[in-house]
Amino acid sequence: MSDFILTAENITKDFSKHRALDNVSIAVPRGKVYGLLGPNGAGKTTLIRIINHITAPDSGVVVFDGHQLTADDIVNIGYLPEERGLYKKMKVGDQAVFFARLKGLSRKQAEGELRKWFEKLEISDWWNRKVEELSKGMAQKVQFIVTVLHRPKLLIFDEPFSGFDPINAGILKREILQLRDEGATIIFSTHNMASVEELCDEITLINKSHNILSGNVREIRERFSRNAYELQFVGAPSALENIEGAKVTLGEINSDGFASADIVLDSPDRVRDFIAQANQLVTIESFRRRLCSMDNIFVSAVEESDRLFNTVNQAL
Amino acid sequence: MKSALGIVISREYLERVKRKSFIVSTIFVPLFMVVLMVAPALFMVLSEPESKVIAVIDDSGIVAPRLHGDNDMRFIVTGDESVDSARANSAYDAILVIGRDAVTKPGESITLYSHGSLTLMSESAIRDQITDAIEDVRLQDYNISNLRQILDEVKVDLSLNVIDMDKGDESATSSVVSYVLALAMDMMLYMFILIYGQMVMTSIIEEKSNRVLELVVSSVKPMQLMMGKIVGVGLVALTQILIWAVIIGACSAWLIPFVGGSSVADDPDVAMILTQLGNAGYFINLFVFMLLFFIGGYLLYSSIFAAIGSAVDNIQDASQLTTIATMPIIIGIVVSMSAIQNPSSTFAVWLSIIPFTSPMTMMVRLPFGVPVWELVVSLLVLYATIILFIWVCAKIYRVGIFLYGKKPTVTEIIRWVRYK
Repeated sequence: MSDFILTAENITKDFSKHRALDNVSIAVPRGKVYGLLGPNGAGKTTLIRIINHITAPDSGVVVFDGHQLTADDIVNIGYLPEERGLYKKMKVGDQAVFFARLKGLSRKQAEGELRKWFEKLEISDWWNRKVEELSKGMAQKVQFIVTVLHRPKLLIFDEPFSGFDPINAGILKREILQLRDEGATIIFSTHNMASVEELCDEITLINKSHNILSGNVREIRERFSRNAYELQFVGAPSALENIEGAKVTLGEINSDGFASADIVLDSPDRVRDFIAQANQLVTIESFRRRLCSMDNIFVSAVEESDRLFNTVNQAL
Repeated sequence: MKSALGIVISREYLERVKRKSFIVSTIFVPLFMVVLMVAPALFMVLSEPESKVIAVIDDSGIVAPRLHGDNDMRFIVTGDESVDSARANSAYDAILVIGRDAVTKPGESITLYSHGSLTLMSESAIRDQITDAIEDVRLQDYNISNLRQILDEVKVDLSLNVIDMDKGDESATSSVVSYVLALAMDMMLYMFILIYGQMVMTSIIEEKSNRVLELVVSSVKPMQLMMGKIVGVGLVALTQILIWAVIIGACSAWLIPFVGGSSVADDPDVAMILTQLGNAGYFINLFVFMLLFFIGGYLLYSSIFAAIGSAVDNIQDASQLTTIATMPIIIGIVVSMSAIQNPSSTFAVWLSIIPFTSPMTMMVRLPFGVPVWELVVSLLVLYATIILFIWVCAKIYRVGIFLYGKKPTVTEIIRWVRYK
């Protein structure tokens, strides 16, 4: 059994006027939460639709669970799209049964499983109500349930937490991690970088139809955080800017005179030297390694690749 | 495991037939139609006939004695009353003035004055009586005894038995029945293609705009989803037709003898129509072919409507495209109206082979009899076109349902067909 539940190799997809995906490859490790990130319009949804067998790539191969992806595999995939709706006039329970049967469950199986999930997410009372009576959050819960009900091997969530209050978002996060612990692999697409840090094991960042960054979340953050430190101090901040071999980005100064600064050193050897020099200029409160946030990584990686694309385009 | 197509069809079907609007229109429309058809007749039968009093001022002196009243009408011969005084007398419902020259120049010398308007029936009853009276007087002038009786014996009451030699069985067909049937079925086809075809379209637009499609296509192939909708809605249409047929059939079976009474069945024309209506073989044969064209017409146009629905975001954007799609339907109806006058003309034959007009044209030609080879060619062309169109429309649908925003042009839509 391959370590990867899904690999997409050299996927290219063209629409009439633009290239949605250009030679993109991803490898999703089994039993992990895999983040699929990127700015709006980068090509994430197109890639997800290809994985779901909704559209076909112009070139490239998708391998699912050891074999080339076929239409029959969609019963092993659960997809919660970002833009999602339900049939408004249909009753909640009937609708959930309809979706479950499309995924291959019998009516009886579907009802049994659905009752359990409705109980768990506390929406049992709504079984016989029409969908149009549901609040947005409740409709989202129903959509989540029909996505995971058939226990697929691969789950794809596109912005699953939008429209949820923090309490319900927390419940949903717990359920997602529970599904992973039970053996499902999860592809998680979002713009909320805090939840990426919280949930994802690996990520791929797509920008302008290209895969610009892939890897383990921890390793990527380490890599981007090399020689990065955070200094908290009391004193005149401008004094720090002239220390040799250090790039200092000043943060805010609060009313008590406490200030913070992000420091990037030329090399790890310079830590002692920097502290010694800073100690003479200001009163140090704390000095520690800084782990770069996914938010910063996203912004800097996208900006860098944009610069790169622009140079390439100008060269052409 | 039940196939996804079956599940989609059953959802589309059940969600619609369970709706109140469907139940109301399915039960009340035919009842309303039956009421509309029989109400006047029923009203006449049920309303107590009021006896009319008609004053007769007869200057000729020979017509009045020959008029005889009945339950509906009483004639009172007023000897010397003037027209003016009779008119002032409210006891009279009408005054019949017969001039001196009534027998020689009846057109100029007979006048009927009435309060309000007499019913059409009583007016024609009076006319018949006067005609009979004058004929009687004139015949008497020939001095032949029993002439009335002789004439009655000579009289022929004929209706033509028309037998179509192109058909195997020698069953009599009345062109009246054919004409009515052709017209009714054609209108029904027109109505159902427009109503149910557009229902396919609007429900796709709705699914697209509230984004439920995104969720559904992750489990069902777009092609299955489109076909599921077309077939599901089509079955709703057939259910409605079936229920209408049963209701109208049952109501007519119950009401016709009640309204018509036995005297109507004695009329040879009606008798022949009734015989033909009883000819089960002819009707089964006819309805099987009508159904094939009905289904064909629906499939062809609803797949076009499905493609339009997938390409736009809202009904307003769809209107221009639907105009293009409904044009051939309207053309088909208009030309089939001329084909009904001459069902075997070359014009009609060609229209019944072109797939866009063939369902409508065949609907009017079928009751008059169509050669087998024409039926076969027409059906083959129609169903081959349907397969082609469903394939093309499914391609458009597959692309269209994911595109939002700008309204696509026809050229863009055609380009989608080539997408992988």
